[in-house]
Amino acid sequence: MADILSGTLRTATPILLAALGGLLFEKAGVFSIAHEGMMLFGAFFGVWGMHLTHSVPMAILFALAIGAIVGLIYVWLIEKMNANATIASIGVNAFAVGITTYMMKSIFGDAGSVGTAGIIGLPKIDIPFIGNIPFIGKVINGHTILVYVSIVLVVILSYFLFHTHTGINLRAVGERPQAAASAGIPVLRYRIIACIVGGALCGLAGVHLSLGHVTLFAENMTAGRGFFAYTAVVFGQANPVGVMIASLVFGLAETVTYRAQQIGFPGPLVLTVPYIITILALIIRSCGIFDKFNRYRWRRKAQRLQNKKLKGA
Amino acid sequence: MEEAFRLELQNITKRFDKTLANDGVTLRVKRGEVHALIGENGAGKSTLMNILYGLVKPDSGKILLDGKPLTINSPKDSIANGIGMVHQHFMLAPSLTVAENIVLGHPPTRSNIWKPSKLKEKMKTLEADFNFDVPLNAVTGGLTVGLMQRVEIVKTLYRGAEIIILDEPTAVLTPQEAEELFVSIRKLTQAGHTVIFISHKLKEVMEISDTITVMRAGRVVGTVNKEDVDAEQLAQMMIGRELKGVTRAEIDKGEVALKVDDLNVLGDDGIGAVNGLSLEVHLGEIVGIAGVEGNGQTELSEAILGVRKCKSGKVFIDGKDVTTASVGSRIEHGLGFIAQDRVKEGLALDFSIRDNLVLKSRKKEPISKNGIMRWRNASKMSRKMIEDYAIKANGEEEKVQSLSGGNMQKVVVARELSQSPKLVIACQPTRGVDIGASEYIRSMLVKLRDQGNAVLVISADLDEIMELSDRILVMFEGRKTGELSSSQANEQRIGKMMFGQNEGEVTEP
Repeated sequence: MADILSGTLRTATPILLAALGGLLFEKAGVFSIAHEGMMLFGAFFGVWGMHLTHSVPMAILFALAIGAIVGLIYVWLIEKMNANATIASIGVNAFAVGITTYMMKSIFGDAGSVGTAGIIGLPKIDIPFIGNIPFIGKVINGHTILVYVSIVLVVILSYFLFHTHTGINLRAVGERPQAAASAGIPVLRYRIIACIVGGALCGLAGVHLSLGHVTLFAENMTAGRGFFAYTAVVFGQANPVGVMIASLVFGLAETVTYRAQQIGFPGPLVLTVPYIITILALIIRSCGIFDKFNRYRWRRKAQRLQNKKLKGA
Repeated sequence: MEEAFRLELQNITKRFDKTLANDGVTLRVKRGEVHALIGENGAGKSTLMNILYGLVKPDSGKILLDGKPLTINSPKDSIANGIGMVHQHFMLAPSLTVAENIVLGHPPTRSNIWKPSKLKEKMKTLEADFNFDVPLNAVTGGLTVGLMQRVEIVKTLYRGAEIIILDEPTAVLTPQEAEELFVSIRKLTQAGHTVIFISHKLKEVMEISDTITVMRAGRVVGTVNKEDVDAEQLAQMMIGRELKGVTRAEIDKGEVALKVDDLNVLGDDGIGAVNGLSLEVHLGEIVGIAGVEGNGQTELSEAILGVRKCKSGKVFIDGKDVTTASVGSRIEHGLGFIAQDRVKEGLALDFSIRDNLVLKSRKKEPISKNGIMRWRNASKMSRKMIEDYAIKANGEEEKVQSLSGGNMQKVVVARELSQSPKLVIACQPTRGVDIGASEYIRSMLVKLRDQGNAVLVISADLDEIMELSDRILVMFEGRKTGELSSSQANEQRIGKMMFGQNEGEVTEP
């Protein structure tokens, strides 16, 4: 049981990091399903950075930088070149598969995957006291730094979005750009910065994939996790805590799937589960159930406040 | 000059490509007054206000605030100088709370950390001065339209506005909400604030304003005190000629042309939009359906036309059950339909005027023969209709999308009425149409009735409903909450029914 939960936390992390990046895209009002490609870039550049420098911080920096650059290119395509967001996303994703595979072959000379001796994984962190607590210690202790970073990021982003003026401005930029502009908020600047940071987070997600549990890069190794991340953004309604819960569900599904295969369930069939969830999420998103539910909730709340006021008066 | 003006716009000129939107416009506003700026669509009111608010730069002209010249380059400058604007389309993000929308872009403290308590302190003084009450913690998307507008006004006050521009503020309000807005406006002016009120509804202009400036075709026609004019004179100034008004013949009601029996229709969200509604429209009668928009009127009209399925109940046209009949066969039974959204539903925008005009008659002689179009006949008929309906266009080949809203609507009306329908459903027939064209369209509907046909008018504009209808039904949440003959109808009674209150059930706390 502790194994499953620990595995859940580990497999959820790349999805969560990418989803937090996707949340920033969403909050800035820049539609994107290019997280998959940005993750893949991060995964490869992390390995390459490690190969060149043999340093963990440099590997992470490589991944962050490439994510930020791709995020910047993406927002430039959408906002300045008026590209169609869906097409641009498909472009980034396809380009990522092609270029990382090509670079892998030309740099490492290997057709399938790289995993040379010079490449070390992200170190596992041992937290002194928590590690000794019987059940919880087993679940929480001994992960890579990025697992803890992702959870801290959830807290930071929640505070940023709901308790700072920059965060409030960003939410307005995504939802009603005209309203933000009329209040004197530089909409484009907000979008550019959000996409750069969002892209960097996707890059970070990628490096956790290639250097977190395993220490290798494989062709198209993200295998749809970027789309799971987008799904988590939708299910979590672009709220950091909601996104975290959705990501954990994906992590759990992935871990359980892995186990189920081991005990003899038909593997390929079980493997489809996360993808089916993704398709369901996209369908739910497009028929606007969340919007309707929200509007209903808001109306109820407004009425409740009005009634309270009437009673008080 | 006997008294100083709070705000002066002198000789403002602004040209967009070929059109002169503002041609030497001068507007003088006194401190503490409600100054109405009226004019038809395209008269240049919006351009002038956008210049004042810093959204548009004028080609020439001066702006004086308290006699001192003022340069405005962006909304930030105008806000800094105490000029605020409430746009017709609210500038509010629905998922943010009211408090968050108010502080948007203008934090109450220098720190980036958002402290709702700081806003509440500031709001207390506003509330004490103006008695404006908004639920700060509510999510904005859940508010009624009237409350959202109040949030907008509070927002401008919070940003320090002393001159407030209201752009067609009553267009989205019910009569009661509009009344509340007027109370708020009076409180503002009592406190020394100045309000510029943009509108083309003459009745409310006469009610609320102190001074009225009328614009037509980019120029100021005149500035008058309210006491010196009446609504008719204002209308004349606005359109440059006398309004004829709608006159109707006394005729007897004929047989039932449309009968709707216990109709239930689902909305897009799968929830009942029309709930057990019954109505009858006789030949020689105009029946108006009043109600706040979104209370099932659209779904009702779509069910009568046949583009939306009925869940239960029946629709009869000319005595025949057409509940499951196709749209085409309903049209053959004599149904004409003026769609509420001419751009999306009424017209093919990149078709020519001629192609739009013959859409319904294209299968009949002389427009086509044996399935082959006779374009010469189509053009001939189109030219006649353009002349009959006074559609302003450069010939029948012009694309519909280049026409003004009023002329587009005339194309729709011309097409629908040319088929000599026995029954016409007219949804928001004069929305966004200027006074001159509105008057014309309304007179065409009355003419149709006088000729012994039936008309069902669905409109959010109460004045229009009361002017046109022989009988008025009020809809609320998909039900009929009242029915009045035109002689019994007044705004108060209809207004109450629009909220689901019927005369007998009205309970005052």
